[in-house]
Amino acid sequence: MNHDPFAWGRPRDDVYGAYNRAIADAGFKETSEIPTKHTQQPIITGTSVLGLKFKNGVAIAADNMGSYGSLLRFSNIERLIRVGDETIVGISGDISDLQHIERLLHQLETEEEVYDSDGGHKLRAPHVHEYLTRLLYNRRSKMDPLWNAIIVAGFNDDRSPFMRYVDLLGVAYGASALATGFGSHLAIPLLRKLVPYDSDYEKVTKEEAHEAILNSMRVLYYRDARAGDKFTLAVLTFEDGKVNVSFEQNQKVENQNWQFAKNIIGYGSKQL
Amino acid sequence: MFRNNYDNDSVTYSPTGRLFQVEYALEAIKQGSAAVGIASSNHVVLVALKRNVEELGSYQKKIIKVDDHMGIALAGLAPDARVLSNYLRKLAMNSKLVFNRPLPTSKAVLSIADKAQENTQSYGSRPYGVGLLVAGWDETGAHLYEFQPSGSVLEYYGTAIGARSQAARTYLERNLETIRSCEHIEDLIVHGLNALRDTLSQDMELTIRNTSVSVVGKDQSFTVYDDEDVQQWLSKLDSTSNTRNNDDDDENGDNAGGDADESNEANPTDAAQEGAAGDSTNTNASGAADEDRMDTD
Repeated sequence: MNHDPFAWGRPRDDVYGAYNRAIADAGFKETSEIPTKHTQQPIITGTSVLGLKFKNGVAIAADNMGSYGSLLRFSNIERLIRVGDETIVGISGDISDLQHIERLLHQLETEEEVYDSDGGHKLRAPHVHEYLTRLLYNRRSKMDPLWNAIIVAGFNDDRSPFMRYVDLLGVAYGASALATGFGSHLAIPLLRKLVPYDSDYEKVTKEEAHEAILNSMRVLYYRDARAGDKFTLAVLTFEDGKVNVSFEQNQKVENQNWQFAKNIIGYGSKQL
Repeated sequence: MFRNNYDNDSVTYSPTGRLFQVEYALEAIKQGSAAVGIASSNHVVLVALKRNVEELGSYQKKIIKVDDHMGIALAGLAPDARVLSNYLRKLAMNSKLVFNRPLPTSKAVLSIADKAQENTQSYGSRPYGVGLLVAGWDETGAHLYEFQPSGSVLEYYGTAIGARSQAARTYLERNLETIRSCEHIEDLIVHGLNALRDTLSQDMELTIRNTSVSVVGKDQSFTVYDDEDVQQWLSKLDSTSNTRNNDDDDENGDNAGGDADESNEANPTDAAQEGAAGDSTNTNASGAADEDRMDTD
């Protein structure tokens, strides 16, 4: 037995001579030393998705940029997907995989309507998240991942706020402040000021959450070279016994401060 | 010779628009022993009468658990019920694993109905020869459905399938209000057993061997009571034999009831063959005898 993972299951060359791959082609190219691989890199990409739970709801935002490497190729990509009446799925990473996931989610919605003869069986955020976790983990286990990081926002069955993350590896976790990609470095520190501990979301109002998300989107626009200034912000609230979803598209990053820039001259000794 | 040309397969319509193979499948349910289902607002109870082929044989299982919140009772071909219940179990596990959510009762029963319906419009297959009562508790409450091999699904507060089930349905109709307002599982089960008792033929009684009881509902995962565990419920009945049925036989004389029993029970294969070869005349005859007795309830 050869213990090199790339040669698992094959007789040792030094004992039995070189292995003839033509005997049993287990998906190996005659000349290749490594197994067949599938998706390998993202092409058109979306950057951060941000989310924050508050007292009676969730806010989630993502910009509308679809980058082709460093080229900001598409500026009108919608990365927040509505699923049913009270769930928003925010997707970053590969846009073609995003579109594939969008299709699967809409298929789920259709099936739900077809078989829900007595009404009232809602596919809610926790169910959508569980489904996406299975989907993404299954794909990465086939060495063919969907190259995305996803945040699912909505409500639990008891209508308490729900927000959870899942990514291309099938890794999943929940928190009161979540972000993907660049946002996890830049936005989470800002959002966590409101929710130092996970249960603190109950002290956060809708307005505070809204403002924190806007601030974070601005910081990301300043410092993320793949970010756009146009974005979508969805705020889900549970009030008076029913869920309200405000889906605000075409938001702009505002109140940017560039005044200071004119005072910065050179990189050290230059005076003028 | 009166041969029926339209009952050779499940894809041929008769000139009057009937699918005879499907109707024969529905007959198979009537050959099976009775199963009764009733629902209050928070619970569903399934009770069933088990049959043994001979004195020394075991009794055929009639109630199958699908998941913690769902179960079925069957009448008809048990192997077909096994296929369908395995499929339901698969759906329930899938729902749990993929969505972390219990399978809704309506989705479960419509899924097997779709499966059954496909068998009525493809050549080379046959309809399922089994009827099911599906009991479930989900986020929209307690549900009781009847599944038929024709692919039709109906929701009920109470219903019964299988041999002499009309007697049980009559009991349920008469006691609907009290059944619907049952707060305690015990009361609901007693009503179920009362209804089941009405399906007994005159020389039979409910015993711990031939009676199956199950319940599901709010804070109550699907539980089946068999054998010794049934005694606690039988003890709550005023009588375990069908006194009302005996009265009927006295009123009507023994002929009608006795004859119907012979053709339906003692020789089920004959009845089936007659149904297939001799077409509707025979079926109607035995059906009429059956109904005569039911109507006197």
